[in-house]
Amino acid sequence: MALDEYEKRDFKVVGKRMPRPDAIDKVTGRALYGADMHVPGMLVGKILRSPHAHARIKAIDTSAAEALEGVRAVVTGADFPDIAPGEARNVRDNTMARDKALYDGHAVAAVAATSAAIARKALKLIRVEYEILPHVTEISDAMKPDAPVVQEGFVQENVPEGFSENVISYHQYGHGDLDAGFAQADKVITRRFRTAATHQGYIEPHAALASFGADGTADLWVCTQGHYFVRQLCAEILQMDQAQLRVTASEIGGGFGGKTTCFIEPVALMLSKKAGAPVKLVMTRQEVFRASGPTVSSEIEVRMGMTKDGRITAAEAELHYQGGAFPNITVQFGAMAAFACYDLQAVQTRGYNVLTNRPKQAAYRAPGAPMAIYAVESVVDELCQEFDLDPLEVRLKNAARKGTRASYGPTYPDIGLVATLEAAQAHPHYSAPLGPNQARGVACGFWFNFGGDTSVSLSVDFDGSITVTEGNPDIGGSRVSIAMMAAEELGVPYESVRAVVTDTGSLGHNEVTDGSRVTFAVGLATIKAARAAKREMCRRAAKIWGIDEDAVVWEDGCAKPAGPNAGKFEPLSIKEIAAKSSRTGGPISGHHEVNAEGAGVSFGVHIADVEVDPETGHTKVVRYTVFQDAGKAVHPAYVEGQMQGGAAQGIGWALNEEYIYDEQGRLVNPGFLDYRIPVASDLPYIDAVILEIPNPGHPYGVRGVGETGIVPPLATLSNAVSRAIGRRMYELPMSPPRILKAIKGG
Amino acid sequence: MQYLAPTSVDEVVAALAQADGRARVLAGGTDLLVQMKSDMIAPDILVDIKRIPELREITREGGGWRIGAAVSGAEFNEHADICADWPGLAEAFDLIGSTQVQGRCTLAGNLCNASPAADSVPAMVAADAVARVAGPNGTRDVPVVDIPVGPGKTSLAAGEFITSIFLPARAPRSADAYLRFIPRTEMDIAVASAGVSLTLDDDGSCVAARVALGAVAPTVLLVEKATAALIGTRLEGAALAALAQACESAATPIDDKRGTVEFRKQVVGVLARRAARVAQNRAEERA
Repeated sequence: MALDEYEKRDFKVVGKRMPRPDAIDKVTGRALYGADMHVPGMLVGKILRSPHAHARIKAIDTSAAEALEGVRAVVTGADFPDIAPGEARNVRDNTMARDKALYDGHAVAAVAATSAAIARKALKLIRVEYEILPHVTEISDAMKPDAPVVQEGFVQENVPEGFSENVISYHQYGHGDLDAGFAQADKVITRRFRTAATHQGYIEPHAALASFGADGTADLWVCTQGHYFVRQLCAEILQMDQAQLRVTASEIGGGFGGKTTCFIEPVALMLSKKAGAPVKLVMTRQEVFRASGPTVSSEIEVRMGMTKDGRITAAEAELHYQGGAFPNITVQFGAMAAFACYDLQAVQTRGYNVLTNRPKQAAYRAPGAPMAIYAVESVVDELCQEFDLDPLEVRLKNAARKGTRASYGPTYPDIGLVATLEAAQAHPHYSAPLGPNQARGVACGFWFNFGGDTSVSLSVDFDGSITVTEGNPDIGGSRVSIAMMAAEELGVPYESVRAVVTDTGSLGHNEVTDGSRVTFAVGLATIKAARAAKREMCRRAAKIWGIDEDAVVWEDGCAKPAGPNAGKFEPLSIKEIAAKSSRTGGPISGHHEVNAEGAGVSFGVHIADVEVDPETGHTKVVRYTVFQDAGKAVHPAYVEGQMQGGAAQGIGWALNEEYIYDEQGRLVNPGFLDYRIPVASDLPYIDAVILEIPNPGHPYGVRGVGETGIVPPLATLSNAVSRAIGRRMYELPMSPPRILKAIKGG
Repeated sequence: MQYLAPTSVDEVVAALAQADGRARVLAGGTDLLVQMKSDMIAPDILVDIKRIPELREITREGGGWRIGAAVSGAEFNEHADICADWPGLAEAFDLIGSTQVQGRCTLAGNLCNASPAADSVPAMVAADAVARVAGPNGTRDVPVVDIPVGPGKTSLAAGEFITSIFLPARAPRSADAYLRFIPRTEMDIAVASAGVSLTLDDDGSCVAARVALGAVAPTVLLVEKATAALIGTRLEGAALAALAQACESAATPIDDKRGTVEFRKQVVGVLARRAARVAQNRAEERA
């Protein structure tokens, strides 16, 4: 672990609320999103999707569609080459079914035509002969030994006996003697929880424009969180060299993890290859719900023992997650995160991943953690009520801190949970009076955060302005933060720096924008690229002055002689050095490539006040405060936005959002009318309190902040609602019918 | 597809009578255009009625109000006099869609879409509103409650369309109210709803009442037993409990993605009770 990067300093730019560079383009409409790309001769692509949850595709007759005037290509699973097992093959089979349709909405064929009307007509002419198979969409049904098998061949060796072939992976974490721990408790309770699958709900549907050249090279413009990964997947699926495929990311209308993989891009490329013309594919909202990646649904059992003074003596959890018809590792994250907030002597988690006839899950903000921590934090709250203990006191008593052995293995360095809990306890919200039918809930949350492969190039342009070239789509304000860190490090005004997200042909590899990694890892690489540029500028100054390189230092945005012995020279500014750079050795750049470690875990504590209508079960969130450790908030407004956004999404997850399937395994609410994300008037002002406990793994102490915020709201809301109605809730969403049923004693 | 925009009712009747293929009347289009875009329907002929001047007007008629079939929600809600007479219908109409949708949506369109969850329909039924229908056999007046016959189905004959909605004259100390239940606060569809219109005498006793429920049956329900529960009372606790019970009993909802039978029955009684109380308060304020 890289834990020696941090140096305390007085910031000049970092920590200020600079104007965001993308704001004007976004409000004037100049910003280009995925569906905005147009090229001459472009065709319209459309996808035919399975109306069945599980069906063998016996035959597909595309001849009538191919014969339709204006149709230029038709693609089915048979067009894609065989490739080795692995994620690319899973993505290939998810973006276009081969022998079986695995869920309602699974793509079975696609067309490219000269107009949308012709493409739609062509889809209706494709005849698919299905043999409908028994389907399974619920976790407990899918685990039964005699359940319909979704896909064969994915079961890993360590999966315990006694389940169907849908149970494909098993993960176990923990330490200590559970029996001894439970024996020390004054009370041990076991509770079962269920959470529904939820969608990230990004406003921009997936869109891709593919253009395949006659020479075998291709270009792809796409709305994505990671165009390098799109290139990697598509190159493998289409069996081409990565270098032959250039991918450019558009502006992005939200991702939240859901745009970290491919859902249509390989199809767009294959259509373009067959048609010999550019093809644009844009998902409808209904397609986004049916065939992109929601998060997992879960069934979780938690057992916890506590002494009457609030010490957790032992805890275990068994987590069953389904993420659709393909493998994923989300339950592993859940099993690792479940008890990460606590310092426990005896703890164990066991996670099972289950295949079902549902769409292939994608990441959603802290994937796997919100549901696991919802279950754990609900049980902690119930035990606090049992012993009449203050829920923040109990959490402080058991909180993980520096030196704690985490339930998932590592020993924590400096972390911010205790400081965050103390801030929550001291905040006026925690002691504010409550009205009738109101109650207060609290919960903690955690996320690992991530670093990963990162490349940054920083150019000192001839006029002394700075271009930072980076490869991560900006989903949460990373461009402004990166430009601020470059300005800070170089000692130049923020306004002279522009951060540009470039295409895959213009910079080395960059990991997807995920794991809250960009401000941390790209920021770290930017700082180091700036340091490289400063070293080069010192060399150029030495050359101009005719002195030794070692005799030049960088201070306040200028090269200066190191001391009186170095010679008497006026400092040279970046502008002056840049102006002469062509004559002192050529253009000046700094760059840095790293697989960044030391991302630094992040903790949060949320407080919510709710008011429940006892006659209708309607929940109104009347006050909400988020406390979270940001390490160092580079741009506090964006950090607050991340904390507020996570809370808003978590509130929706807790109260109303869910994938609803009918008896035939069809999704019945594929739209924003009946998939109910909160609208602005559903939410109170979400107050955000930033804590800054520096991350030793980053030069400025930065931790990722994008994901932790969605983890606490599920339990925070459930704890508040349970206290308001006097009955414990065990299932999400807590929709009004469920709450009213609980109130009425159902 | 053919698009026509006639300027008189007679031309619309003629266009619909001569239509070769599937014809649809277009007012605001807030349902129709969405259904066309999502491939649910593909009409051969669209007849736009927004260019017919009298269909864009709200006029006084015999102490009541006649509202043209192409009057939008925004236009209705900017009409202070009609909103003073019918605050419940105004709030129901205003609940349809966003600000943008309000600029286009119409009462007649909401009625002809024939959704049991339509927000303006329970309020219109409670108001005893009457639709004027034009067609090949001339003009007829039909109580609003008789227009929808099931989800997506109306009693209108081929070639007929609604030209206006008539709201009867208001007795003194009368008012109405509409409440719906949605899991969110806006941009949603009623899980259950109730419209109540009532008239009080000088002593505050209820002398007339109509209660209509939405989203708890295949069509909006007029609950006559609810009327009986209110007449002759001052809406005391027992009367309101009887009202809620009458509504619960009348409701025949389904389980679906928006709610359960049990939930809808319980909540529709609560809504009727609360709406009756709001209407009572408004009627007393109008005294």
